Amino acid sequence: MTAPRKQVHLAAHFPGVNNTTVWADPRSESQIDFASFEHLARTAERGRFDFFFLAEGLRLRELKGRIHDLDVVGRPESLTVLSALSAVTTRLGLAATVNATFNEPYELARRLATLDHLSEGRAAWNVVTTSDAFTGENFRRGGYLDRADRYTRAEEFVRLSRTLWDSWQPSAIVADQDRGAFLRPDSIATVRHQGRHFDIEGRFNVPRSPQGHPVIIQAGDSDEGREFAAATADVIFSRHGTLEEGRAFYIDVKRRLARHGREPHQLKIMPAATFALGDTDAEATERAAEIRRLQVSPQTAIAFLEQIWGRDMSAYDPEGPLPDVEPAADQSLSQGRVQLADRVAVAAKWRAVAEEKSLTIRELVIEMTGRQSFVGSPATVAGQIDEFVQTDAADGFVLVPHLTPGGLDDFVDRVVPLLQERGVFRTEYSGTTLRDHLGLTAPVPGGAS
Amino acid sequence: MTTVPLHLAVALDGAGWHPAAWRDPAARPRELFTARHWAALVTEAERGLLDFVTIEDALGLQSTLFDGPDERVDQVRGRFDAVLLASALAPLTTRIGLVPTATTTHTEPFHVAIGIATLDHVSNGRAGWRVQLSPRRTEAAHFGHRDIPLLDPDRVDLDHLANLFDEAADAVEVARRLWDSWEDDAEIRDVPTGRFVDRDRLHYIDFTGPRFSVKGPSITPRPPQGQPIVTVLDHGGSRVPYELPARAADIVYVTPHSRAQAAAIVEQVRSVPRDGQPVKVFADLLVFVGDDAAGRKARLDELAGAELTSDAAVFAGTADELAELLLDWQQAGIEGYRLRPGVVPVDLKAITRHLTSALRRHGAFRSAYEAGTLRGLLGLGRPVSRYTAPVA
Repeated sequence: MTAPRKQVHLAAHFPGVNNTTVWADPRSESQIDFASFEHLARTAERGRFDFFFLAEGLRLRELKGRIHDLDVVGRPESLTVLSALSAVTTRLGLAATVNATFNEPYELARRLATLDHLSEGRAAWNVVTTSDAFTGENFRRGGYLDRADRYTRAEEFVRLSRTLWDSWQPSAIVADQDRGAFLRPDSIATVRHQGRHFDIEGRFNVPRSPQGHPVIIQAGDSDEGREFAAATADVIFSRHGTLEEGRAFYIDVKRRLARHGREPHQLKIMPAATFALGDTDAEATERAAEIRRLQVSPQTAIAFLEQIWGRDMSAYDPEGPLPDVEPAADQSLSQGRVQLADRVAVAAKWRAVAEEKSLTIRELVIEMTGRQSFVGSPATVAGQIDEFVQTDAADGFVLVPHLTPGGLDDFVDRVVPLLQERGVFRTEYSGTTLRDHLGLTAPVPGGAS
Repeated sequence: MTTVPLHLAVALDGAGWHPAAWRDPAARPRELFTARHWAALVTEAERGLLDFVTIEDALGLQSTLFDGPDERVDQVRGRFDAVLLASALAPLTTRIGLVPTATTTHTEPFHVAIGIATLDHVSNGRAGWRVQLSPRRTEAAHFGHRDIPLLDPDRVDLDHLANLFDEAADAVEVARRLWDSWEDDAEIRDVPTGRFVDRDRLHYIDFTGPRFSVKGPSITPRPPQGQPIVTVLDHGGSRVPYELPARAADIVYVTPHSRAQAAAIVEQVRSVPRDGQPVKVFADLLVFVGDDAAGRKARLDELAGAELTSDAAVFAGTADELAELLLDWQQAGIEGYRLRPGVVPVDLKAITRHLTSALRRHGAFRSAYEAGTLRGLLGLGRPVSRYTAPVA
């Protein structure tokens, strides 16, 4: 008898405010109407996905000192829209990216606990930190968090949140009408915390939520990010690469768990992944190229180039050759995006590719940025996903569709059934909470974790 | 005599506003922390064609003390975040306004503004905001950024309070600017130029104040109502009574205990200078409604071990009697009421089924929803963004 095959975990990423999301397609609908969120969430739940995922951006992106206008712009407040989704779904996990720099533990912990109650145990928090003063201009805290402090703040924030979540005993509410006892005596602990980033004292005001602790997700591939995930997170949301890169990352991250007294299954590795489907592999390849052209409009091609070259390139024809100009050494043209470490080296690499393949500016940007992770017929894509999971290059994927809101429809209708036939993906939810879906154990009240 | 219709809202909090409400035989206290408890209440309120519900909230545990935890275990403790709760109720309703409480003292104005804007998107134009201060030392200790003196009702620190009111006015100003920071037609999806938005129709709000500065624009497109409804409870106890609602709100909740007091308060509210449309004055009343209302209240008082006290006037009587009172105070200039049910669902159902019928017999309440947005129900138009250039 063979061992049961390792199960795939899947999440649905609502299309983001970047050029992965194609808005010029006639099928592209609103990025803000609730109907769009409901559509994608219902599709994901129909496909028995583990969770629905929202990214975050607390300031509109800028390029050359002006608001970037070429990509989708505008998004809701994540936890508010997820709360609404809790009313129209019953099993799907609901994950929000929320910044630990521009929030306070007492308030955010109660918002997450509230979502966990409203959804009966389906809340998750993707913990991110921001260090830039640009975003800080929208907040009381303002300014700048030293890069080195980003993970210390995140770690202390999560630890304090868990202390707050644990401060109500699970059996605190007795609601005995006859005896007039709503609470069990001494069932709400006073939390006292003094740390590098937070100094608080008091009592939490939300009862312990169904999951005890909402699921913690961490995004980021750096060494500190991996260590933070190994110590703290339930899911790591990573970058997608080759099978070999995936396996190396997987081994590295899972190996770190033991140092924190944790088992390998307690941290799920789920890279972000895009996809293009077709009836045949050939058709999918064509379709993928078509999507890439829509993702990189002529104007977007120039904008990408400007970010790397660090100078105004608007005079050049995007359908023409790469001009013979050098990148600016230290100028920072864009805000609200990750800065490129070494623009000179990157520009040299791009130029080499352009020359070798005789590419226009637009073709070059299409070639060098964000190709789809999985391209093929439903059978091919199901096979690729299964291979990644069975060979320990991932535990599953956070799928990023390129269309709002129907971008996941084909995947759920055509790929999910094949994964189910392979016996590697659930045909029904076996539990009710997100922790159940992810195979995570419930936290022990009061226990360290 | 023609009667002007009244606006009716209900304030939802736990099992009701009596401290022993959860012990009423009809209460289901084990369900207070479930979505279905709240769904049942808000759908009942919508069935009664009420203008809106408010949801109470605070950044600390309930207490019988003015500041700091009591050790009582005989009353409801714990609350959901009200904005998130309101949002979960939005897809379950279609017409009723949803007005959660959010405090301005320790929260980020940016987050509050986009939360209310999102509630407005999710509900297709039914969002409001009950602006509240967090004046207590206990609450400040949950954040650790400010030293705030222990709140003492006998020695109210008017300077401290004035600062918090000013901060609240600033937070509302930030929210209002952020809601306007996307003009309605900012999203253009212009394929030939590759532009999704016209950035000339997105605006920095550049707010600077003593407690915070906010650059903008919002990350959330303009809410369906343009400006969600801003409401404030004000007891007139600040240095300039009713200044915050005059500066910032669309609706003020006040707490008269008689018709004469109602008239005096309305006059006081109207005397504060204000730009734009006059603020709507709603009176808060804590109500027990039905044939045995006084008896029910007395039994709860006995269970609680004390007679109910409240900042708002307490009413116990039949639906017809309550209707008479509401119409009487209307003559003093009160335009609507926010009723705090003593016990839910009992007193809520008496409001939605019997009080509304009684008012309707006087021509003083709607028989069908006449608008799809909360602004519409309140007779307010949809404002143009302040950043939209006037047509030459």
